[in-house]
Amino acid sequence: MPVEVRHHDHGASQLTLLGSALLAAALIAGLYAAGAAVQGARRHDRRWVDSARRAVYAVAGLLTAAVVILEVAFVSDDFHFALVADHSSTTTPTFYKLTAMWSSQEGSLLLWAWVLSLASSGVLYMTRRRHREIVPWATAVLAAIGSFFIGLMIFKAQPFARLDPAPAEGTGLTPLLRNPYMAVHPPMLYSGYVLWSIPFAFCVGALISRRLDASWIRTTRNFALCAWTFLGIGLLLGSRWSYEELGWGGYWGWDPVENAALMPWLVGTAFLHSVMVQEKRGILKVWNVGLICGTFCLCLLGTFLVRSGVLQSIHAFGASTVGGPLLVLIAVVAIGSTLLIVTRLDGLRPERRVDSLLSRESIFLVNNVLLVGLATVIFWGTFFPLISEFFTGEKHSLAAPWFDRYVTPLGVLLVLFTGLGPLFAWGRLSGDAARRLLLWPVLAAAASIGVLLAVSDAGGHPWALFVFGFAAFTLVALAGEFRRAGATRRALTGEPFPRALATAVGRNRRRYGGYVVHAGIALTLIGIAASSSFQTNRDLRLRVGQTAKVGDYTIDYRRLSADPRNERIAFTAQLDVTRDGKHFATLNPARNYYPTQDPSAGAIGRYFMGESTSEVGLKTGAGGDLWTAFQPDVSTLNPDIVRGNRMLANAGPVAQGIAIDVLAQRYAQHPPPASFRVIVNPLVGWIWIGALIGVAGAVMAGWPALESRRRLEAAYRARLGRELGAANPPA
Amino acid sequence: MDPSRKRKIRLVVALSAAVLLAAGLVYTSFSASTEAKEPSQILHADPGHTYQLTGKVVPGSVHHSGDQLDFRISDRDGSDPIPVTYTGTVPDPFAPGREVIVTGKLENGTFVGERDSLVTKCPSKFATTTTGRAS
Repeated sequence: MPVEVRHHDHGASQLTLLGSALLAAALIAGLYAAGAAVQGARRHDRRWVDSARRAVYAVAGLLTAAVVILEVAFVSDDFHFALVADHSSTTTPTFYKLTAMWSSQEGSLLLWAWVLSLASSGVLYMTRRRHREIVPWATAVLAAIGSFFIGLMIFKAQPFARLDPAPAEGTGLTPLLRNPYMAVHPPMLYSGYVLWSIPFAFCVGALISRRLDASWIRTTRNFALCAWTFLGIGLLLGSRWSYEELGWGGYWGWDPVENAALMPWLVGTAFLHSVMVQEKRGILKVWNVGLICGTFCLCLLGTFLVRSGVLQSIHAFGASTVGGPLLVLIAVVAIGSTLLIVTRLDGLRPERRVDSLLSRESIFLVNNVLLVGLATVIFWGTFFPLISEFFTGEKHSLAAPWFDRYVTPLGVLLVLFTGLGPLFAWGRLSGDAARRLLLWPVLAAAASIGVLLAVSDAGGHPWALFVFGFAAFTLVALAGEFRRAGATRRALTGEPFPRALATAVGRNRRRYGGYVVHAGIALTLIGIAASSSFQTNRDLRLRVGQTAKVGDYTIDYRRLSADPRNERIAFTAQLDVTRDGKHFATLNPARNYYPTQDPSAGAIGRYFMGESTSEVGLKTGAGGDLWTAFQPDVSTLNPDIVRGNRMLANAGPVAQGIAIDVLAQRYAQHPPPASFRVIVNPLVGWIWIGALIGVAGAVMAGWPALESRRRLEAAYRARLGRELGAANPPA
Repeated sequence: MDPSRKRKIRLVVALSAAVLLAAGLVYTSFSASTEAKEPSQILHADPGHTYQLTGKVVPGSVHHSGDQLDFRISDRDGSDPIPVTYTGTVPDPFAPGREVIVTGKLENGTFVGERDSLVTKCPSKFATTTTGRAS
C-alpha cells in the first residue's frame, strides 16, 4: 500500500476506489456469512457453519484494511477523500487527524461496523467448538447486523466518497471536538453500543434453537460486562467534556443525545443483575430475553438519535440519509424479537418461584423495576416532542425540571438497593440474620443524616439528605461484606487478615468486583446530589482590577492577555482567588475565537465572528471545585473591525495577521468589562472518581472469567463426555 | 393466606403502581412542557405565552452589546427571520448558521429569551455539514 500518498498523487487517487472495493467485498462476505450460517443451522451441517465463521473473520480483515486506508488518508492529508477534506486540514494536529474519522457520520458507521466485526470474530472464535445449536443462528444475526451497516456505507453514507480535483486545503476539525475527551468518547460509546449486539445475537440464537437454559448468558456474560463498561466510560467522558469545555458549568442536561446513551446503560445494568438471578435460581427467563432485546433496540435507537436529528426538529427527519434504514432495522429487531419471545414462552417458564421478600432475588427484582422505570421515564421525556405532536399536532418538549422530578426519587431508591442487594443471600434470609446484617449500615445512615442535619443546611434538601444517608448505608454494608469475607477465611485457614481478605476476594472476583462497582456508584451519586443541591452559581461583570465575592472566595480580575496565534485568537483572563484572606488559586479561564470561512464577515471580521470555545479555569479538590468561565465583550472592537475589513480586504495573509495581532494586543491592554460565570461546586469531582472506581471494579469482575471459563469448560466437557459415553471429547 | 392469592395481590399492587406512575407521567408531561415553534409559526402565536423558538441563526446578524446578545433566527430554510434578544450563558457551539433553541416570549415583534435558556445542538451532529458540502 502506498504510504507516501502526497507525493504520488496518481497512486493516492486510487485509494478511494480501493476503500470502496473493500467495503463491497466486506458486504459480499457478510451476506454470505449470514446465508451460510442459516443454511448450516437448518441442515445441521457444521461445514456451512465453519465457512460462515471464516467469512466473518474475512469481514473483520476487510474492514480493518478499510479503516487503515482511511486513517492513512487522514494522516497524509489526502484531500481526494471528501471525508478528509471535510474534517481535517494540513494544520490539524496529528492526534486529531487520527480521531477525526469518527467526527463524521460516515466514519462513525465505519467504526461501528469495524468494532462489530472484530467483536463478532472474537466471540465466534471462542465458541467455535461449543453451543452447536445456538452459534449458527448467532453467527447469522451478527453477520446480518454487520452487513446492514456496511450496506449503509455503500448505499447511503460513503466514507470513501471522492473529490476531483482534490482541494488544496481541508476544512479542519470543528474546534469543539479538539479535546482529548471528545477524541475518546465516541469510540467508547460506539463500542458500548456495538458490544451489546453479542449477547443479543446469542439470545436470538438461543430463542430460535430453543436452547433456553443459561448457557447463552454464561457465554456472553463478559461481552455484556464489557459493553456496559464501555458505555459507562462513554457517558463519563461525555459529561466531563461538557463540564470542562462547553462553558455552562453543567455535566448533564437531559439532552436527547445524552439520554440516548443513558437508556441502554440503565436497561443493560438491569440485565447484568437479572441474568445472575436466572443463573442461580432459574427464574426471570422471559424478563432477561426481553431486557437484552430492549437494550439492543435502545442501542440502535441511540445511534439513530445521534445521527438523524429527529428530536430537535421533525423537519430534519429525512434530511439524514441513514435515519430511514436505521428505523426499519429497529422495527425489524423489535418486532422480530417480540415474536420470537412470544412463540418460545413455553421454554421460558421459571424453574421455581421467588420464596421470600428477604432474598437477593427479590431485591434484584425491585432494582430491575427501578432501573427499567428510570429508562421508561427518560424514554417518555426524550420522545415527548414526537408523542405530543402525534396526539396534539403541536411539538412540546420537556426540560430538566420535569426529568428531575421523576429521576431523583427513583435514583435515591436505587442508592439504597445498591447496598441492600449485596447484603441479602439467595433464597431466603431469616429475620434474625437480616437484623444482624442491617444493624451497622442502618446506624451509619442514621448517624450521617443526624450529623449533616446538625452541622449543615442539608435539611433544606431532603432528597440530597436521603442520598447521603443511603450512600453511607451502602458503603458501610459493602465494607462489612469485605470484612466478613476476610474474617471467614481467616477463621478457616488462620492466615493474617489482609492476606485472607486478598485471597477471599481473589477467589470470587466477579462478586467483589461487583461490590467495588457499587461503592463507586454510591460515591458518584454523592457527587451528583451534593453538586446539584448545594451549588453556588454567580454571573459577574468585572473590569480589570475589580473584585467580587462568591461563597467563601474573593475573586480578583487581574489582567487580560491575548494570544492571536495557532489558528485562533485566545483571550485569557487571570483571576487571583483568595479564601479567608489567604491565596487560594490563580485561575486562567479563556475564550478562543476561531476564524469563519463565511466571506460576508469581512477580511478581519472573520477572525472574530466564527466559532468560539471556552477553556474553563478550574481548581479541583476533594471538597469541591471552583469553576470559572470567561466571556469577553469583543463588540467594542466593531469599529476597528469595520475599518480593517475596508482597508485590508485585498491584503495578503501577513498584513492581515499583523493587523489582528495589533487589534488583539490593544484590546488586551484596555479591555471593556467582561462577563464571568463562577460556580462553587461541592464534591463534584467525586462523580468521576466514583465512576473510575466503578470502572476498576468492572475490570476486576470481568478479569477472572478466563479462569472460571476454563473450569466451566472442563465441567462441560466432562458432562459431554459422560453423555457421549466417551472418555474425552476432542479438544 | 394461600400463595397463589398472595401472588395475585402482589401483581395487582404492582400493576396499579405502574398505572399510577404512567398516569402521573402523562399528566405532568403535558402540563410541564413548552411548545416548540419556528419563526414563521411564532409570528401568529399568542404573544403572552412562553415558547421554545427553534431555527437557524442568521449569518451576519449576531451583535454583542455588553451582556446582551442580539441576533436573528430564521426558519431552517432561511425564511421569516425574527429578532431575538438574549442574556446569559452562550454555549460554545453558538455561531451564525447554527441551529439553536431559545425559550422565551414574543414582545413587540422581538423574541425575548429567558436567561440561560439558549441551547445549541450537540456538535457531533452538525460536524458533517459545516462546509455545506453535501456528502
